[in-house]
This record gives sequence, structure tokens and C-alpha cells, in this order.
Amino acid sequence: MSGNLAIDVSGLTKHFGTKIAVDHVDIAVPEGEVWGFLGPNGSGKTTTIRMLCGLLHADEGQGTCLGYDVRTQSEQIKRETGYMTQRFSFWEDLSIRENLDFVARMYELDDRKAKVNSTLDRLGLVKRQNQMAGALSGGWKQRLALAACMLHSPKLLLLDEPTAGVDPKARRDFWEEIHTLSDAGLTVLVSTHYMDEAERCDRIVYIQNGKLIARGTVAEVIAQSKLFTFIVEGEDVRRFVQRLQDEPGVEHAAFFGAALHVTGLDRDALEHALAPYRNESGITVLEAPPSLEDVFIHLQEQAQ
Amino acid sequence: MSSFSLSRLAAMLAKEFLQMRRDRLTLGMIVGVPVMQLFLFGFAINLNPKALPTAISIDDPGTFSNSIVAALENSSYLDVIRETKSPQEARRLLDEGKVLFVVEIPENFSRDIVRGAQPDLVVETDATDPAAGSYALAAINSLATTALRDDLVGPLAARAQGPPPFNVVSHLLYNPESITQYNIIPGLLAVILTMTMVLMTCLSLTRERERGTYENLLAMPATPLEIMIGKITPNIMIGAVQSTIILLVAKFVFNVPMIGSFGLLAVALAFYITANLAVGYTFSTIAQNQLQAMQMTMFFLLPAILLSGFAFPFEGMPVWAQWIGEVLPATHFLRIVRGILLKGNGFGEIWPNLWPLILFMFVAGSFALARFRRTLD
Ligand SMILES: Nc1ncnc2c1ncn2[C@@H]1O[C@H](COP(=O)(O)OP(=O)(O)OP(=O)(O)O)[C@@H](O)[C@H]1O
Ligand SMILES: [Mg+2]
Repeated sequence: MSGNLAIDVSGLTKHFGTKIAVDHVDIAVPEGEVWGFLGPNGSGKTTTIRMLCGLLHADEGQGTCLGYDVRTQSEQIKRETGYMTQRFSFWEDLSIRENLDFVARMYELDDRKAKVNSTLDRLGLVKRQNQMAGALSGGWKQRLALAACMLHSPKLLLLDEPTAGVDPKARRDFWEEIHTLSDAGLTVLVSTHYMDEAERCDRIVYIQNGKLIARGTVAEVIAQSKLFTFIVEGEDVRRFVQRLQDEPGVEHAAFFGAALHVTGLDRDALEHALAPYRNESGITVLEAPPSLEDVFIHLQEQAQ
Repeated sequence: MSSFSLSRLAAMLAKEFLQMRRDRLTLGMIVGVPVMQLFLFGFAINLNPKALPTAISIDDPGTFSNSIVAALENSSYLDVIRETKSPQEARRLLDEGKVLFVVEIPENFSRDIVRGAQPDLVVETDATDPAAGSYALAAINSLATTALRDDLVGPLAARAQGPPPFNVVSHLLYNPESITQYNIIPGLLAVILTMTMVLMTCLSLTRERERGTYENLLAMPATPLEIMIGKITPNIMIGAVQSTIILLVAKFVFNVPMIGSFGLLAVALAFYITANLAVGYTFSTIAQNQLQAMQMTMFFLLPAILLSGFAFPFEGMPVWAQWIGEVLPATHFLRIVRGILLKGNGFGEIWPNLWPLILFMFVAGSFALARFRRTLD
């Protein structure tokens, strides 16, 4: 197995009854990189992550995490991996400190007290350390969970929507920390529904109906999509949206602030559809590279 | 203020029925619990127990004793499982709980009858459970007038008239005053421990699953044995506290005699508690939520109350029910507790009931560990 791939799995498959939740997924993440894991709700992100850290048995497929076999060596994988669950999974009837302390003991950390203290300090939770974890607000629970799964200085972080419900400042702090840690060699696979977070990743993989259908840097994924986007701006552009959506060649038309993004695969057809609007006074139509969101919405609509 | 709306009520009812229909285990219990109770009460439990195991010790073989043995064997209340010449052996069977009655035909029994001296037929009864033997004892008493009717002919015809040819003397052993509490309270120890131990263990794991913390626990490097021991140990301590309370109340409030060794009782308690915890742990690998955990506990508790000999005399149950009873740890523990406290049983006498308890503990424990999943599927 390659020494510099932190995650290297192929053909990962999981069924729930007759439904296939993850369908022959291949992921290879080099050490020290931050990868975004994107996909619509129910596409199989959580299931894939659970298979990676040995919480679910893969029906098919093989590979390694941190050089350990995902099928047989989940004990070793767990020891060196931090997994943050999508749903808050710390003990609400334990205090913040007690939760951190429990985690530290499970991983048999040496300087337990110091590590817990410094984590509390970094989180800014020193004053609230004796509050029950259940009393924290949703965003604070996320921050506690994140800190707890990094307590044992893992080499690999599997984060399942770690910033859902977290405020912008905390989100920025989180990403700064992720990048600092990844510079020091930490590998991160993080699932998210936020486009700006996807853009902060070295690479992204996009899963849909259990299948990986796009991967690469953000620019590559956008280029692979072969989409064209025009931005329509001007007074009261909203009134066009219904009509534009029905035009041939227009995949979708959606608002971003005051601007209307009109996206399609056929550039000529788009030009044709937009031609009448170019003449309207106070309206500008400009071609622009499609955004990641345009691409994802396109992929998702294609599947339907 | 919103007024009462029938359509909202309909929505509410529809939701409740949908949820009820989806909870398969609860639905199963809705059917299962009454069926089980009906079977247990209807078929298994007989408040007028028959065929109670009996030993006869014969010091004076002859026609009369043959007739008495025959009469005892004919009685539907008794089941003569042993004839012996040695009163010591008969007494040992009683100590070990293998028989509930020992009928002793004394030396010179025939001679005394012929002489009209009205000899004593001694019946020793295990009175730990006073309810168990009362009908049978009445049946034995009536033997005095009927058993020898066919033998007392010719020159002895006179003996058939007048006073009965012999007296039935019954000795109530272990609980001579037939105080029901002496039997019930040691039994409560078995039942209360089963209830709390199974329930607490079952709840502690299903609670983690219900709240999602189980996923976190599994994602950390904890082994199944660590999790199991970690979950079980606090409950062992709860069991120890409960046992102490029950025994203290038994002694100082109900004055239950405690003649056996407390060390031995503690050993049996340890095995019994662990066996129940293993059951609870196994249940917790099946139950999806805390409600189901409660229901499964009830399902285990009912037979432990009804078929263990706690609520009704064990010997009064049909054989199939006794077989189920023999599988339950409560049955064996109940006999051990009664044996130690009321009869002063030592290790030798409780061993026949201790090893099934230990066996159960290992089987249930292995089952729990085997069912334990390191994964979420
Ligand atoms: N325990 C389970 N039993 C049955 N089906 C399941 C189970 N867990 C997941 N699934 C199904 O597998 C599919 C993938 O689910 P998964 O949770 O991996 O999606 P996801 O990409 O994480 O979605 P989200 O963005 O909403 O978190 C879904 O269709 C889901 O219904
Ligand atoms: Mg998910």
C-alpha cells in the first residue's frame, strides 16, 4: 500500500436491505491534504465515513486508512483517527470537562489534565467547564465535539458536517485551525453542504445516490461539468426567472443576491434564450465561470 | 383559544396508530404478555399441587407397610420417588430439597398395630413453603383410617372399627410455624434482583443507543469487554446494596430465621447477580430503545416470578412448566436462599442448584459478548 495515502479505499459498497447506500466508492486522500466530501442529503456521505473508521462493515470493497486495513484493523484506525459524528454524540448528562476527560482516558492520554485544560482554554469554555454538555447551544455542542475528537492528536480527521449550525466567526476559526493542522501533516476528510467550505478544501469529492461522480480541485470539478453560466443583473431581474427556466437550453436559473445565474450545457442555446433580455434597458448579461453551487445543482438536477 | 377540532383529533389518532404499528416489539408484547400470563396461570400454576416428591423410610417391612406404601403411591398428592431403610438418607433428601415429605414407618409398627397400641406414623414435612404441602398433608392424615382397611380382616377386624389403627404425626421442619413470610421474603430477594439487574443493564446500553452516544463510544478505542464490564460493574454494586437492604429488612422487620452461612449466600448472590446482568446485556443488544428494554425485562420477569417457585409451589406445576423453571436462574437461586437461610444448607447441599446458576451465567455472558457488535450494523 502506498505510504503517502492517508485514505486509500476502492469499491466501498454498503447496502441497507435492498437499498444501496454506497456504491463502489473509491477515495484516495494523500497525507496532509484537506478533502471536502459533498453530496445531497442521503447520498451516502455519513455511511462512507462510518465504513472508513470501522463503524460499519463494508459489504464490498477494500483498502486502508493510515495504512491499516479498513476491514480487519479498525482498532488501530480508531486509535489514530478522530471522528466527529453528524449528530451530537457526547454525553449530555456529563459536564463539558467530564466529557473531555472521558475522551482523554479512552485514548489513554498521558498528560490528560493539561490537554483537557488547554482544550477548554482554546474553546473559551473554562468558565463553563462544569456545565452539563446538554445545556450548550447547538453551535457550542458542535465546537465541543470538534475539540473532543481532536484531543488525542489524531493523524486523520473524519468530520461529518462539523460546522452545521456554527456561526461565521467560529467557522473561520475552525478552518484556520484545520489548515494549520494539515500543514503539520494532519489529513482531513470533511463532509459539508457549504460551498465556501468546499472551496477551502484542497480537493473535493462529490457523491450522489451512493456513487462518486466528481472529484478534483474546485476548478477541475467546475471544468469537468462543461457548464456555461450567464449572470443577468439589473433592475427587477426576478420577474424573468420563471420564463427563463422554461427556455430550451436553460438548465436552471437561480438568484444569487441581486443577480440571476442562468446555467446550461449548450452555450449557443443559452445565448439564444438570453438574447431578448440583452436589449432591455438597465439589464446587463455577462458570461462568467459557473460557481460550484451551479455545478452541484446541475449534477443534482441531472440525476432526477 | 382554539376550539376542539375533530380533524386535528383524527390526525393525532392516525399518528399514534402509525407509530404503534411501527414498533414491532411493543406489538409483540401486546400479544405475547397476555398469552404468556394466560398459559402460566391457566396451565402451569396449580394452587392445589399434586404429585409432591416423597421418600419413605421403612424400619419395619411387612404387609402393613406395603399397604401404606401402596396407599401413598395411589394418592395423587404424592409421588413416592424413594424407598429406603435409612432415616438418615431420607432426611438428607429433605435437606437437599429433593423431597418435600418423608414418611417414616417405625420399628415394631406391625406388632403395635396388631396389639392395638396405635403406633405413630411420622411424617416430616419441608415447611419452607407452607402452601405447598398442606393438601398433601391432609391426604396423608386420611390414610390412617383407610390405608389398612383391606388388611384388617379376620381376627384383626376389630381394629378396623373404633379408633384408627395408627396415628399420623407430622413434624414441620424448617418453618415449624408455617409463617408465609419466611418463604416469601427470601424469594423476594430473587425476584427484586432479577427485576433491577436486568432492567438497569438493559437500559444503560439502550440509552446510549437512543441518544446516539453509542456511535461515539464505538468510534473510540474501547473493547467490547471493557464496555461490558464498565456497564455491568455499577449494577453489581447496586445489586449488593439491594441485597443488603432486603436481608436486613428480612431479619429485623420480619424476623426471618437465618441459620446458614452468609459467606455462602454472598457467593451465590454474586453468581446470581452476574447471571441476571448478562441477560440484561443480551437484551440490550436487541432492544432499540429504552421502552423496548422495559418490555423485554417484563417478559423475563414474569416467568421468574411465576415459574420459579416464588409465587406458587414449584412441585405443583406440570412437567413442562418445571422444565422452563429449571432453566431460570431465579428458580435455583430461590432454592439456594431458602436452603441457606431456613435449612442452614452448606455448600454440598446447595451445589446441585449452584452449578446450574454458574452455567447459566456463562452461557448468557457468552451470548451477550457474541451478540455485542463493534459496529453500528
Ligand atoms: N441505519 C440505516 N438503515 C437503513 N438505511 C440507512 C441507514 N443509514 C443510512 N441509510 C440510508 O443510506 C443512505 C445514505 O445515508 P447517509 O446518512 O450516508 O447520507 P448522507 O450523505 O450522510 O446524508 P446527509 O447529508 O443528510 O447527512 C440514505 O438513503 C439513508 O436513508
Ligand atoms: Mg450524513
